[in-house]
Amino acid sequence: MSEGTAIAQQMRPAAERRPVIDHALVQLTLVRFREFWREPEAVFWVFVFPILLATGLGIAFRNRPADLVKVAAVGPQLATALRSEKSLAVDVLDLASGEQALRAGRIVLLATPAAGGGVTYHYDDTNPEARNARMLVDRTLQHAAGARDPVTVTDSLVREPGSRYIDFLIPGLLGMNLMGSGIWGLGFAIVDARRKKLLKRLIASPMPRSQYLLSFLLSRLTFLYVEVAALVLFGAFVFGVPVRGPIWELALLCLVASLSFSALGLLIASRVRTIEGASGLMNLVMLPMWIFSGVFFSSDRFPAMFQPFVRALPLTAVIDALRAHMLQGVGLSRLGPQLAVMGGWLVVCFFTALRLFRWR
Amino acid sequence: MPTLPNKPPVCVHGLRKAYSDVLAVDGLDLEVRAGECFGLLGPNGAGKTTTIEICEGLLAPDAGTVELLGMRWETDAPELRQRLGVQLQETQLSEKLTVDETVRLFRSFYRRGPSVGEVIAMVQLEEKRGSRVGGLSGGQKQRLAMACALVGDPDLLFLDEPTTGLDPQARRQLWELIERFKTEGRTIILTTHYMDEAERLSDRVAIMDHGKVISLGTPRELIASIGAEHMVAFAVDGDGVTLNLASLESLDGVRVARCENGGYELQVRELHRAVAALFEETARRGIVVTELRTHSATLEDVFVSLTGRHLRDE
Repeated sequence: MSEGTAIAQQMRPAAERRPVIDHALVQLTLVRFREFWREPEAVFWVFVFPILLATGLGIAFRNRPADLVKVAAVGPQLATALRSEKSLAVDVLDLASGEQALRAGRIVLLATPAAGGGVTYHYDDTNPEARNARMLVDRTLQHAAGARDPVTVTDSLVREPGSRYIDFLIPGLLGMNLMGSGIWGLGFAIVDARRKKLLKRLIASPMPRSQYLLSFLLSRLTFLYVEVAALVLFGAFVFGVPVRGPIWELALLCLVASLSFSALGLLIASRVRTIEGASGLMNLVMLPMWIFSGVFFSSDRFPAMFQPFVRALPLTAVIDALRAHMLQGVGLSRLGPQLAVMGGWLVVCFFTALRLFRWR
Repeated sequence: MPTLPNKPPVCVHGLRKAYSDVLAVDGLDLEVRAGECFGLLGPNGAGKTTTIEICEGLLAPDAGTVELLGMRWETDAPELRQRLGVQLQETQLSEKLTVDETVRLFRSFYRRGPSVGEVIAMVQLEEKRGSRVGGLSGGQKQRLAMACALVGDPDLLFLDEPTTGLDPQARRQLWELIERFKTEGRTIILTTHYMDEAERLSDRVAIMDHGKVISLGTPRELIASIGAEHMVAFAVDGDGVTLNLASLESLDGVRVARCENGGYELQVRELHRAVAALFEETARRGIVVTELRTHSATLEDVFVSLTGRHLRDE
């Protein structure tokens, strides 16, 4: 520091004491909160949309209690015999309309009388539900004709949450949400501030630059837990989706996930000057993960040659880890590979972003 | 003023900055004295903004030195930022924050300075204190930007085109504000391409063109430097009727004559003599003078006489 500074500093009063609320980091973080809450669209996409999506898909794929198997019979005797089985929904049709109903998928099996007191089953043997219907219908008719089971059996029913589609879906949506809000939340705000020359104005002031980035982190952490809690509690109370691992491990998992997506967002935003440029780049980054990372269906469905790529995506790691933790109670110590992928993305993106970052 | 005695708060020497295709600043020297309002006047593209952004520490020069308040950007950046007030040309502050929240944010970066309420009162935005920035008028936004420049009680205030794009009333309001800051003894550097703004606000003006200072002095000195105090513009009736510039310049009291937009413009020392001589000459030759206008010479006329172009030609 030069002589001038030293003298000038002696001449001016010491820095004032101020309440915590007026510290730069607190003010910067408050700005992040305010900008978020005052943007109704952002609130919708982060909080409302995932819950709407979960509700819609949860209803569409709900497990109906003892689904009825739809079949039809030609002639009243066959129908009467079949109606003794409660899990069958039996229609009486003539042959022509029966065959049409079969082709249209309104029924899965059509039973017609055959010569000599026999019965013919019309069904598609590649359809598992139709094969199931054939077994049920056949057993019912055989029993009605006097057949008896040689072995006595009893049913002990186990209806376990954790294996339904909604159980599969909630961790997927959670991962997708963490990705969206991490990348959009950071990337969009920074590019917008750069476009408006607000970044330039800020660095012309004595604002501590690291605290600017830190304010994003702090607000992200706050919103992260509100977002995660909303979706997990919704899943638990409305659909009974379990969280089998310890809550603190789930919190830690979401933290690491959110940090690595935020680092990715920071990297995307490090140079871009226009909103259009940023949107394009973000979609380019997120689209493969929406498709490959198993939000809505298992990523195992992709051929083996794609798997190394699929496994390397951060969202795949996040969703795999969340599913294992929530549905099977797998501990963090056994989620090493997934945590390594997330950590790798975090470190590489963050340091590359710091290197590339432009304030102007 | 807590600056070193006898040392100008702003010393710029041999400043040079090239962008890929243009030399924006070409060997610029400036000294700004404590407590003065210094105007950088020039057309768009003259290098004013590049110069001021180098002074603000936002751009690094290719060559040359900048010394502010006895400090340099290379060694004293954090301290300099505490003591500079900056208003940039095109900053859009966050539209979703209120006036109060915006000022409070900027206030939080500075060690010392007036309270949020005091700053808002300084720029006369008390009534808008709780309003969102998005709902402010252009002039109000500009005053808010000014407030953000003042929150640290700066020793040096940089204003880059503070009234560009504002309506006349908002401009006058802003000028009154800046005049008030001047009376508080702050050192102000202002860029503008409005000659009336430079003339009204600046104690001294540097006229810039193509990255260089082409003239420097008080507005009065600069105007006196062209040797004429008044400008006379006129046109003559009839197609094909022309006046010889040399004969116009030989008239009593006329210094320079130029053709201008199909008419003529004279720089004159003594208005009453020159106008009388002009009418005598045109009457003698049977030419009818139309649209005679006169005005006191301005910085615009200085720029025209130095470069042959108008400030707003670009």
